[in-house]
Formats: sequence, structure tokens, C-alpha cells
Amino acid sequence: MEMLHAEGIRKSFGHLEVLRDVSLTANKGDVISLIGGSGSGKSTFLRCLNCLEHPTGGEIRVDGEAIAFRPDGNGNMEPASKAQMRRIRSRLAMVFQSFNLWSHMTLIENVIEAPIHVLGVERRQAVDEGLRLLERVGLYDKRDVYPAFLSGGQQQRGAIARALAVQPVAMLFDEPTSALDPELVGEVLKVIRELAEEGRTMILVTHEMSFAREVSSQVLFLHGGRVEEAGAPAEVFGNPTSQRLARFLGNLN
Amino acid sequence: MLVGLMRSLTIAFGAFALGLVIGVAGALGKLGGGGATRQALDLYTTIVRSVPELVLILIVYFAGADLINGVLTAFGQEKIDFNGAVAGIVVLAVVQGAYSTEVIRGAILSIPYGQIEAAHAYGMSPWLTLRRVTLPALLPFALPGLSNLWLIAMKDTALLAVLGFGELTQVTRQAAGTTKAYFTFFIAAGGMYLLATMLSNLLSRRLEAWATKGVAHV
Ligand SMILES: Nc1ncnc2c1ncn2[C@@H]1O[C@H](COP(=O)(O)OP(=O)(O)O)[C@@H](O)[C@H]1O
Ligand SMILES: [Mg+2]
Repeated sequence: MEMLHAEGIRKSFGHLEVLRDVSLTANKGDVISLIGGSGSGKSTFLRCLNCLEHPTGGEIRVDGEAIAFRPDGNGNMEPASKAQMRRIRSRLAMVFQSFNLWSHMTLIENVIEAPIHVLGVERRQAVDEGLRLLERVGLYDKRDVYPAFLSGGQQQRGAIARALAVQPVAMLFDEPTSALDPELVGEVLKVIRELAEEGRTMILVTHEMSFAREVSSQVLFLHGGRVEEAGAPAEVFGNPTSQRLARFLGNLN
Repeated sequence: MLVGLMRSLTIAFGAFALGLVIGVAGALGKLGGGGATRQALDLYTTIVRSVPELVLILIVYFAGADLINGVLTAFGQEKIDFNGAVAGIVVLAVVQGAYSTEVIRGAILSIPYGQIEAAHAYGMSPWLTLRRVTLPALLPFALPGLSNLWLIAMKDTALLAVLGFGELTQVTRQAAGTTKAYFTFFIAAGGMYLLATMLSNLLSRRLEAWATKGVAHV
């Protein structure tokens, strides 16, 4: 079943063409990893999917519903209906490189915020579900702690609980472990791996190649705003056809 | 004199509160508004911060009164006499609003932008983002500046004495004038301002402690 579909996404910042034609289809349970050099457009593509950036062209469908666009007056397209955009955003949970937990809320408050105030879930129910999710990511005993008092790994696991709380159609991860000290990377990858195993639909921008190889159903290699190579992880990593991909993987060794 | 004190506090509180509303609107306008909005707000905050407050208060009061009465007469209405606490509040709020705008603008800029972006990414509307994320997140950064502004608001009510609002300083001057006990009355008035300030400090320290619960103390 198709959860997220993007077709021919283009994006320019002024004269800088960042995305030239990127497409992707995520069916239920797919884990699609986006890899590529810095500046290849991975974050921009992810941010176009939930309209944090206005794409210049292309189509996006979330859970069967096409986002309606209109010209935004700057040469790009904006969602024609703010209400539709917010509804769709609330179901595409994003996990950021820098966590971005709300600093004035405790962990549990962070987790129940969107369910209560955006989705209209009843408070009791949101708290029950939120505590269950915190337990899942191993942070039940930190539920009443403010983010500033947690390690990066704990904050990111909390951010993942916040993402799960909206019962997302698909989860968007933008380099979730890049801001972490090396010894904290493992605990976050473990949670993401469990989500992959339970059949969550995820788009994952990452530099953790062995992890991507292990959990992905599909890998896209972006270069210069294009999908340079795509396929099953075994092919992409084991037998790259493009020179650039081979060089990219070789540099990372 | 206690009546005068109450009146001072009422005016100060009203001006501070209205100034805050102006400040939030002004800060959002400066950060997110179009070129014209931004220029108008820059002009407003620059003027208010460079002209002495006493002069400003006189200008706003008399120009404001003239303007409103001008409009009223044009519509064939009676002129009104501006002497109530409301006029004092509005006049001081214009001054407070300019300083609030700067304090709140600075505080918004101190919020890590990712937190506001996360609000958008989870489907919050601009209004919900403001109410649930931006305003509470800016409090720790804004409170020191705002408590300072509150103290200024209280002291600035004394300037309204020249306009005859029956606030603390004016009442004191009258009482001192009739009894000739200048020293006693002004010491008493000074003591009241001091007491009000000390109470405010206590309160703002409490508030700050509450608002910075989420801030790590290193
Ligand atoms: N808001 C922006 N304004 C202008 N250029 C941008 C903006 N965001 C990203 N870019 C540019 O777009 C290109 C792709 O960036 P990004 O999507 O962040 O790459 P990646 O995530 O693959 O490292 C880079 O050259 C970057 O400088
Ligand atoms: Mg990036």
C-alpha cells in the first residue's frame, strides 16, 4: 500500500537548482535511505515532502491524498490549502538532526503536544499513549525532565517518541545521529532499527552506511539534485554502477 | 497618598500590560512583516528611545487628545476631557511598547529556530505556534528585560504628575504644599516607590525561576 509518493520534485533557491527531478515511492513498511554528499539536496528533498520548503515543481501524495499546490509568487509552489498542509504535516512526523524538542516542555509534554493541540486527542488518552511511547524508547523514568537536562541520545529518542505519538503515515529522519557523540549513536540507531522491524514507513537521510545497508528496503544516492542511483541496499552498496557512487562509498570506505 | 499609590500602580500595570501587547505585535511585525511594516516599527522604536520620556509623554498626550477631539468635533460630538487613568495608561504604553518590542524581538531571536520549525513540522498553525511555542520559549530570555521595564513603568508614572493624573508624586506634592512638610511627604513617597520595587523584584525572581525550569544551569 502506497504511503508516500513524490514525483519529479524540483527546487531552486533563487538561481541555485538544488533538486532537479527527484521521485520516490514509499509503500507501507518501506525504509528508504537517502545517501549522498553534503549539499546534494537530501535535506531539501525531505523538507519539500512536508512543505517546510516550497518545491519549485513536482507532485506529492501522502496516504493517497495529493497536496494541492499553487504558485507562491517567488517562482515556487505553496500548498493551496493551509489546512490541508497542516493536516498532512501532522501525519508526516519529522525527526531532526538537532532534535528540536521544545525546551520549555518536559519530555512527556513534548510527546503529547501535537496529539492534543493539533490532532485533538483527549489529554488522558494522549498521556497514556505518550508514557507508553517513552517507555518504548527507554525514557519512562525521564518523563518529567526538561530536554536541556538530557543527553543528546536521550533527546533524540524523546524526539522519536514525539514523532510516534502522531501515529505517522511516514516518518522523516534527517541525519538523526549526526549531532551525537559517537558513544550515543548506537542507542538511537537501535530504536530506529526496531521501528523498521515493526514495519514503520520511513524516509531516512543518513551517513551511517552500514546501518542503511542493514535496515533499508531501498537506497537512493543523490548527487547534484538528482537520483544518481537507486536500488536494493545489496546492489547499491555491493555493486555500484555509477562512478560517483563508487567514489562516494570508497571515500567513506 | 495611598490613593495616589494605587493610582500609580494601576497606571503602571495597565501601561506595562498594554505595552506588552504592543511589544509582541511589534516584535512579530519587525521579524516577519513586510518592508513598510518594518520601517514604520523601526521609526516608532527609534523615536521613542531617543526622545526624553517626559517630552514624549507630553507630545503623545496633547497630540493624542487633539487628534481624538479633532475627530470627535468633526463628527459633531462633544469634546472629552482626558484626565482618567486610561489616558495615562495609553500614553505610557506607547513608550513601554517601544521598549517591549525590542526586548521581545531579541528574545524571539534567542529561541533556537529549530523549535519553531518543529512546531510547523507537526502541523501547528501560526497562532498555535505563537501561543504554545514562541511565547513560552521566549520568556526565559525576555523576563529580565521585562521586569526592568515594569520598574521603569512604575517610575514613569511620576512623570504623569505634570499632566495632573492624581498619581503618587502629584498627590505628594499637593499634600506637602499644604502642610509645608515637604521632607516628610517626599521621603514617604520615595519609601513607597522603593517598597513597590522591592516587592516587584521578589515577584520577578519567582517568575524567572518558574520560566527557566527548562534551562540547564551550568
Ligand atoms: N534556505 C536555503 N537557501 C539557499 N540555499 C539553500 C537553502 N537550503 C539549502 N540550500 C542549498 O541547497 C543545497 C542542498 O542543501 P541540502 O539539501 O541541505 O543538502 P544535504 O542535506 O544533502 O547536505 C546546498 O547547496 C545548500 O547550500
Ligand atoms: Mg542535510
